[in-house]
Amino acid sequence: MKKPTIKHFTTLALVVLIMTLISGCAKADDQVVLNVYNWGDYIDEDILDTFESETGIKVNYETFATNEEMYTKIKRGGTQYDIAIPSDYMIEKMIAEDMLEPIDLSKIPNYANIDDQFKNLAFDPDNAYSVPYFWGTVGIIYNTHLIEEEIDSWDVLWDEKYKDRFTMIDSQRDSIMVALKKLGYSMNTRSLEELNAAKEALIEQKPLVLAYAGDNVKDMLISEETAMAVVWSGEASTVIQEYDYFKYALPKEGSNKWFDNVVIPKGAEHVDAAHQFIDFLCRGDIGYLNADYVGYATCNTETMKLLDPALMGTTYAYPDKALLENFEVFLDPGDFVEAYDRAWTEIKAN
Amino acid sequence: MVSKWIKRLYTSCIFIFLYAPIVVLIAFSFNDAKTTAKWEGFTLKWYQSLFQNDYIMKSLYYTVVIAILAAVLSTIIGTFAAFGIHYMKHWRQKFVLNINAIPILNPDLVTGVSLMTLFVWLNMSLGFFTMLIAHMTFCIPYVVLSVLPKLKQMPTDVLEAAMDLGATPWDAFRKVIIPEITPGIISGALIAFTLSIDDFVISFFTTGNGVSNLSIAIYSMAKRGIKPEINALSTLMFITILILLLIINKRTSNFEEL
Amino acid sequence: MLKKLTSGPYMVWSLLFIIVPIVLVGTFSFVEDGSFSFANYSRFLEPIYLKVLGRSVKIAIEATIVCLFIGYPLALILAKMKSKYRTIAVMLLVVPMWMNFLLRTYAWLTILNKNGVLNHILGLFGVEPMSFLYTEGAVLVVMVYNFLPFMVLPIYTVLTKMDKSLVEAAEDLGANKGQVFYKITLPLSLSGVLSGISMVFMPAVSTFVISNLLYGGQYMLIGNLIEQQFLTVNNWQFGSAISILLMIMILISMAVMNKLGDDGIEQGGGNLW
Repeated sequence: MKKPTIKHFTTLALVVLIMTLISGCAKADDQVVLNVYNWGDYIDEDILDTFESETGIKVNYETFATNEEMYTKIKRGGTQYDIAIPSDYMIEKMIAEDMLEPIDLSKIPNYANIDDQFKNLAFDPDNAYSVPYFWGTVGIIYNTHLIEEEIDSWDVLWDEKYKDRFTMIDSQRDSIMVALKKLGYSMNTRSLEELNAAKEALIEQKPLVLAYAGDNVKDMLISEETAMAVVWSGEASTVIQEYDYFKYALPKEGSNKWFDNVVIPKGAEHVDAAHQFIDFLCRGDIGYLNADYVGYATCNTETMKLLDPALMGTTYAYPDKALLENFEVFLDPGDFVEAYDRAWTEIKAN
Repeated sequence: MVSKWIKRLYTSCIFIFLYAPIVVLIAFSFNDAKTTAKWEGFTLKWYQSLFQNDYIMKSLYYTVVIAILAAVLSTIIGTFAAFGIHYMKHWRQKFVLNINAIPILNPDLVTGVSLMTLFVWLNMSLGFFTMLIAHMTFCIPYVVLSVLPKLKQMPTDVLEAAMDLGATPWDAFRKVIIPEITPGIISGALIAFTLSIDDFVISFFTTGNGVSNLSIAIYSMAKRGIKPEINALSTLMFITILILLLIINKRTSNFEEL
Repeated sequence: MLKKLTSGPYMVWSLLFIIVPIVLVGTFSFVEDGSFSFANYSRFLEPIYLKVLGRSVKIAIEATIVCLFIGYPLALILAKMKSKYRTIAVMLLVVPMWMNFLLRTYAWLTILNKNGVLNHILGLFGVEPMSFLYTEGAVLVVMVYNFLPFMVLPIYTVLTKMDKSLVEAAEDLGANKGQVFYKITLPLSLSGVLSGISMVFMPAVSTFVISNLLYGGQYMLIGNLIEQQFLTVNNWQFGSAISILLMIMILISMAVMNKLGDDGIEQGGGNLW
């Protein structure tokens, strides 16, 4: 009859359920689990397995697409990360808002491997809260099979003939920076007038933009969905190393030079394990595996020794200092960030 | 004659439209290349890498566990709620039913965002528990709406009659009411399960700390480009659904009632 | 008594998880710089945001209309099929519905991209590869694809429950096929049509997934705007205001459709699918 069947089924389901829950909980109890929050495609995930087999610490890995997204998630609460990897200006902001745990450099012996030129930078003098990870630039990558001329200026992105053939970065500061630089302003401007001019320029540009791309920009370039893209240097590096008919241009008006460092958000559960992880990342061999996979420029002197010398001097990996003369680093805009937020909302909404 | 062929052509066209994307996914899950540009040979490697992908497997686990839990708990709470609502006085009943309708009528986005606001305001840690609560919140109303009509179809005084004949209230409920409303309970439970398995928006806003469900996993991967593992996943899901529907078809008399 | 006790838990639940969240969001929406203000609402009245609203409503209406025009004939055809074909046909219609919504959307990425299936097929006819992705058309097509079964099923259900004898009586009285349709079938199926419209319009107007995946970051619908305010820009106050407005808009359109149809959605709960 029907009744016994339903009862049996429900009991069975409940039993299975309880068993699954118990087994799930049991797994959680014995291990330390580190919650790591990083940019998409910004680590060789194999090294996470290596870390686990060496230390027994499991890594829960989550990704974000922009600094702002990461900041919002951590600020609002409800999620606990032990490690995060923001950029320079965001670290400056998080320090100002007391969102980071101090880092005990004595627990990170491999810190000695970090090149001195990346230590004690303006956003975190003394490296009290962050340890360098990767650095890079923002530029234009283009497919020489599809684009004949030499690209060297932000102006091309406002040129009608490239309509629907290029993408911008779906990131507030990076895209606004492009417009500010094209107009000759500082990317850290706090002038409403200059910001609005940049905003208008981007709104004017919108019909020409194929898409505001995120992590999928590499696929788009390779599949020729787009011929040209504004990208971070490492993405260009990965593409060019596989398909040598791409080129990466550092525009003459200047662009952004950035540094991403590892931080420990305040209230992290496993601060010691976090220090262990940072120390692990600073190892020369691990840094090499990481840099090789990710394509970005390392801050690690030991890693530099292991890298392919052909990468030195290239625009996308380790550009000559001379090329970066008019490059700026982002600063935290402080309260003025609201104006940036508003401008970005209006640019996207248009 | 002509109209019969037009009808057949029309129906076929629509079904081709509905199935073309699924067929493409399935076909290219066996393609030995990342892009759908060309066919480069038959391979099962994407299935392999799918099962080795911790993120997807973990998400699948959470999806099923939450769906089962949400369905069971929502059905229990919803059934009892429907019972209580059925016997309410008119204005109170209308009021409660209107509130009940809110999660159904509200766009997922608003429900998700409002629940996230609640959890953060309460300083709760977003994760498994909050996602479960969120799922139950949008499932219970459907259970209530499934069971209520069956309660309405019952003769009005059957409960009193049973108790007059000496049954305890609980017995009366168990042996008289429940058999009458069982089809409603089952259909409510199934709706709850289906909604929970497929949910994206509400889960997206109310989960955290590494707990994700299948939809969230697919979204994160799709944002980064085309991943053939997703194709493999689609094939497996398609086969599972097909089998499930065939089973249900065999067992229920009127399939459409589902 | 027992009756009051049984609904008790749900009363508490709905208070906590249905009413309180909405009240919270409502409260947030009236906060600006720490004090009560209508600023968030008046900000939404700026032309840029009204543009976003207009865009969302426009594409939702387009999707609904397309679904209606494609879906109604299909429902008619299905309802009139012989029973054995009908069961299979309905099952075929339902299977894509049961596939994960994100998978169905993702599938179109593989079809519409420059190197994708569609361009391949067109290439066989000598057509140059075109950019189908990152256009409003792509978003519309995927919306229709995702929501079409939700339009067909309610109409189909109502049509199958229709009393066939009414049609026969009309034909006996001399009505031709067109008159039968306009005067009998269409009015009787109206509740199904309204149900279908609400099941398509609501998700269409509030989605952000489809626009995010198929049109890159620059096509903003109201769903994208809300998501952006909550998850990127961290302006929960403005985001709440927009959410409340969206909610009110949907509730009003539902109420309007309720009035127009015979059964409200509340009573039709059991026939949801």
